[in-house]
Amino acid sequence: MQNGFAIETHGLTKVYGSGHTEVVAMRDASIQVRHGEIVALLGPSGSGKTTFLTAVGLINPPTSGQVFIGGELVLDGAQAHTNLRTFRRRHIGFVLQKSNLIPFLTGLENVQIALELNGEAPRAARRRAMELLDYLGVAERSENMPSMLSGGEQQRVTVARALANRPSVILADEPTAALDSHHGRKVMELFAQVAHEQGAGVIVVTHDHRALDLFDTIYEMEDGVIRRQLQPQMD
Amino acid sequence: MNLATKDIRHNLGRFALTTLGVGMLLLIVMGMGGIYRGFVEEATLLVNRIGADLWIVQRDTRGPIAEVSRVPRNLVHRALAAPGVQSAREFVYHTIQREHDGKPLRMAVLGLSWPTDKGEWVPLIAGRSLAQNHFEMIADESLGLHLGERIKLGKETYTVGGVTISMVSSNGDGIGFFTVADAQAIQFDTPGEAVRLERASRQARGERTDLGAQQPLALIEQTIASPPLSAVIVTLSPGADVQRVASIISGWGDVSVYTQEGQRELLLKGLIAKMRQQIGLFRILLTVIAGIIMALILYTLTLEKVLSIALLKLIGAPNTVIGGLILQQALLLGILGYGIAYLLGRRVYPMFPRRVLLTEADLLQLAIVVVVISVASSVLGIWKAMQVSPNDVLS
Repeated sequence: MQNGFAIETHGLTKVYGSGHTEVVAMRDASIQVRHGEIVALLGPSGSGKTTFLTAVGLINPPTSGQVFIGGELVLDGAQAHTNLRTFRRRHIGFVLQKSNLIPFLTGLENVQIALELNGEAPRAARRRAMELLDYLGVAERSENMPSMLSGGEQQRVTVARALANRPSVILADEPTAALDSHHGRKVMELFAQVAHEQGAGVIVVTHDHRALDLFDTIYEMEDGVIRRQLQPQMD
Repeated sequence: MNLATKDIRHNLGRFALTTLGVGMLLLIVMGMGGIYRGFVEEATLLVNRIGADLWIVQRDTRGPIAEVSRVPRNLVHRALAAPGVQSAREFVYHTIQREHDGKPLRMAVLGLSWPTDKGEWVPLIAGRSLAQNHFEMIADESLGLHLGERIKLGKETYTVGGVTISMVSSNGDGIGFFTVADAQAIQFDTPGEAVRLERASRQARGERTDLGAQQPLALIEQTIASPPLSAVIVTLSPGADVQRVASIISGWGDVSVYTQEGQRELLLKGLIAKMRQQIGLFRILLTVIAGIIMALILYTLTLEKVLSIALLKLIGAPNTVIGGLILQQALLLGILGYGIAYLLGRRVYPMFPRRVLLTEADLLQLAIVVVVISVASSVLGIWKAMQVSPNDVLS
């Protein structure tokens, strides 16, 4: 199926266990995210947001349903149509709530490694990593180890790493949970900027309602089902 | 980017301590091998240095180094009469433990066949070889005797005329080189009272026989009969067939004959065979322990990196990169540990009381073993890393 969507899912369902112990973590989840669109996925804990994100992120395949990335069918149920790890490396950037950076690499190296893993030559990878850190305003902390960076700086480096290979999809799981409201909003603005400027489809799982005005589309998930599509709140 | 070295850089202190620990363990493994080689070297040292073609010893014994052997002095002349024999020398060898300067002194006493053999073949680090038939000795430095020092052994006092190095018995005792006459005097030093009692006893027995009545002097002869040798060592004429000469001498009913190689085998198979097994098994055990410890260390290091590994998988790192990270650390740990063991060993081993001999072949063999156990011990860590899911970073 070829279309103009960065991400498209059809009827994603995830079932854990069987018989009496069967738990449906996600049921018939379908969304579409265009290139350059930033989408928020809201919902209480245990509603299936992370299950949805890991399915779209090709980490934890669904029991049934389809995942298209850039118009390409990647997952059909649990069946992969490509090498998922390689596909992930080339097309998906991740930003997570915590443990985002490899602790034994500097900020610069954390970005550089993503590029080198994708076949970039070390020198070119270093140059591009530096450009990204500069773009995100943390170039001066590039040689610091993650433990020496503040929460906001760590998230910026993580975003830089997520952008390194010019992915068509960025998935963020509670990226502002460890940040204060000021820095949280800054990070959300960054995602919006990246989506709009670089044309990536961005899905952000969040509890943070204070920055919902930055999103193009808002989905809410409850009991494993994407129930509603909300309109963004405008300031 | 080399992730292995980056991780090590981040935990440098701990990695250094771990490597030092592995190095100390390998130091013991290396040392055990060196001790075994030292045993072999010391056990066969005399046989190799003396370089005799044949050793004639007491019948059915494995003497004179592996066990006590006694042969009569006239055996030298009989050996000289055998076809193919160029020269035959007396050989006396025994171990004594005396006291010198208030300390116990263990010494292997070796008698040289003066004046044929003055000990010119003994490697000297000070002084000279024997210059007279009596009261001189060449001492191995491990005996702690200095050039010109005088030492009383039995009824006589001997002066150290030369000092040699690395001339020790198969038990590791330093060798003292004397003339055969002096070596026998030391070996058969009997108190005067014991001689008088033995003489009276023999005389009393003789008087009860016809021989004693007819030839009383013969009884006295018996009491002062010349002491036996330990062995006779033979050099063959050029072109002589060793096996043929050995076969001829073996025909004599009172002696056994060994070639130089035969003597070496006797010592290696008899004297140090059990030691060889003991040390060999100990080395295997230590190597296995080193492997297990390395595996546990690498497993622990992997456990500590689970989140990083999950993150690497999340951003698409192939298994070869993650496995390579652990394997490279294992190899670095092994190779650096080996280097530490070698460098420390060069300084520490010379302080050991017995010789620790590092041969190139043994060092190479251990290096290969270290690489193998490094690779093997990384398997557990790599297995653990392969079990890590990128999902783990989300939990």
